[in-house]
Amino acid sequence: MPDSAAMLDVAGLRKRFGTLEVLRGIDLTVRPQELVFVIGPSGSGKSTLLRCCNRLEEPDEGSIRVDGVELLDPRTDINAMRRQIGMVFQSFNLYPHMTVLANITLALRKSLGKSRAEARDIGEAALARVGLADKAGAYPAQLSGGQQQRAAIARAVALEPKIMLFDEPTSALDPELVGSVLAVMRELRGAGMTMVVVSHEMRFAREAADRVVFMDAGAIVEEGPPEQIFGAPRHARTRSFLADFGG
Amino acid sequence: MDVFVSQFLNVEIIAQAWPLLLRGLGMTALLCAAVIPLGLVGGLLVALVCLSRHRAVRWPAFVLVDFFRAVPPLVLLIFIYAGLPFAGIRPSPFVAVCVAFLLNTGAYYGEIYRAGIESIGKGQWEAARSTGLTAGQTLTWVIIPQAVRNVLPDLVSNTVEVVKLTSIASVVALPELLYSADMARSLTYNPSPIVAAAAIYLALLWPCVRLLSRLEHRVGR
Ligand SMILES: Nc1ncnc2c1ncn2[C@@H]1O[C@H](COP(=O)(O)OP(=O)(O)O)[C@@H](O)[C@H]1O
Ligand SMILES: [Mg+2]
Repeated sequence: MPDSAAMLDVAGLRKRFGTLEVLRGIDLTVRPQELVFVIGPSGSGKSTLLRCCNRLEEPDEGSIRVDGVELLDPRTDINAMRRQIGMVFQSFNLYPHMTVLANITLALRKSLGKSRAEARDIGEAALARVGLADKAGAYPAQLSGGQQQRAAIARAVALEPKIMLFDEPTSALDPELVGSVLAVMRELRGAGMTMVVVSHEMRFAREAADRVVFMDAGAIVEEGPPEQIFGAPRHARTRSFLADFGG
Repeated sequence: MDVFVSQFLNVEIIAQAWPLLLRGLGMTALLCAAVIPLGLVGGLLVALVCLSRHRAVRWPAFVLVDFFRAVPPLVLLIFIYAGLPFAGIRPSPFVAVCVAFLLNTGAYYGEIYRAGIESIGKGQWEAARSTGLTAGQTLTWVIIPQAVRNVLPDLVSNTVEVVKLTSIASVVALPELLYSADMARSLTYNPSPIVAAAAIYLALLWPCVRLLSRLEHRVGR
């Protein structure tokens, strides 16, 4: 039964690449304003799971509901849904030929149909929110990695999504730049954003996550509050994975 | 030396041929104005078809592109102009040239665009789609502008080739620059008009070639 209070409700999700079964029946529910952390070894299917949640990857089986709307229903307007599902990528993926502000206003104007002035106001507000008010006219190449990722977050936030998906948002950053991105994510959480975060920032998970999900080989092995997953993991696989991260 | 000048650089003859040469230049300009946009737009469509997700669409496009890149443009033109009438289709010289160029340069431009689009990482596509942009909007605003920038030298270089290639229209008696110059030669019994035509091509294309070197330099950095 779909959980009607859920912001994201994934049920029985399966995905194969050729003969490789990458997701083997994932069930995951994320409630409004919850921050769910997804951890697991490389290749366990974390990215594929996130990418299925806005249909960048086409699932083979299962159901994905976002705020009650079935994403896999062919009648669903996927572009309208994607505006409500913010996605932040490991490699930022800013448009290099546009200013930071234009990166943010593109979808506001072309997809949401906002006027130039409206889009600019929204874009500037989003940039201020991530601490880049003075970078509106800069090109992505002129920004540090941390600033680029914050601009990418602003691009997603400007559309006022109902949920945001982060795929290793700090993995491509120099260590000294990670903090600024985590600070923005912390602020979003404080403001009540529903978030699913794939990341290896275990300290951040302990401090900010409501729930931690451990995935291995395309399945969820265990999930629970961070104290439980980090303090008393039930499964041997979780323990050995966490041991590799030094706690 | 005097013989050389009077044979190849005969000012009097060139002055006499000048109106004809100007009209020829006008036709060459008109041809370019038709054929370059046709090639640029046709090529973009070709590239998009070649990049289609559907194999049944992609394959015929690949075959046609290969075919039209392999067939010499002059052969193609003569076939269209002199061959098609046997099938009851009688294109005017101008239309025959436009069709031949669309097929030939469309294929070349198409390959250039395709390389450009393929040079853009799929992260750009995914980022744009994840904000709710449609496939068409993503191509228009995100992918194609970057792709064109990446292959701008090749596009300019191909365009220079297209301008030069318009001279093959002379074989179907379209009075463009070369045809007019050659007519002036046969009227005056002096090849100076041909030299003048060459000088006009040079004056037209040399700036383009300079621009190209600068573009290549910039992109190569
Ligand atoms: N487009 C694809 N085609 C084929 N295999 C893929 C593709 N994307 C991911 N995979 C494979 O799926 C598995 C899970 O990948 P991924 O979801 O990226 O894992 P994670 O993000 O946990 O590291 C890996 O074995 C990966 O090689
Ligand atoms: Mg991944």
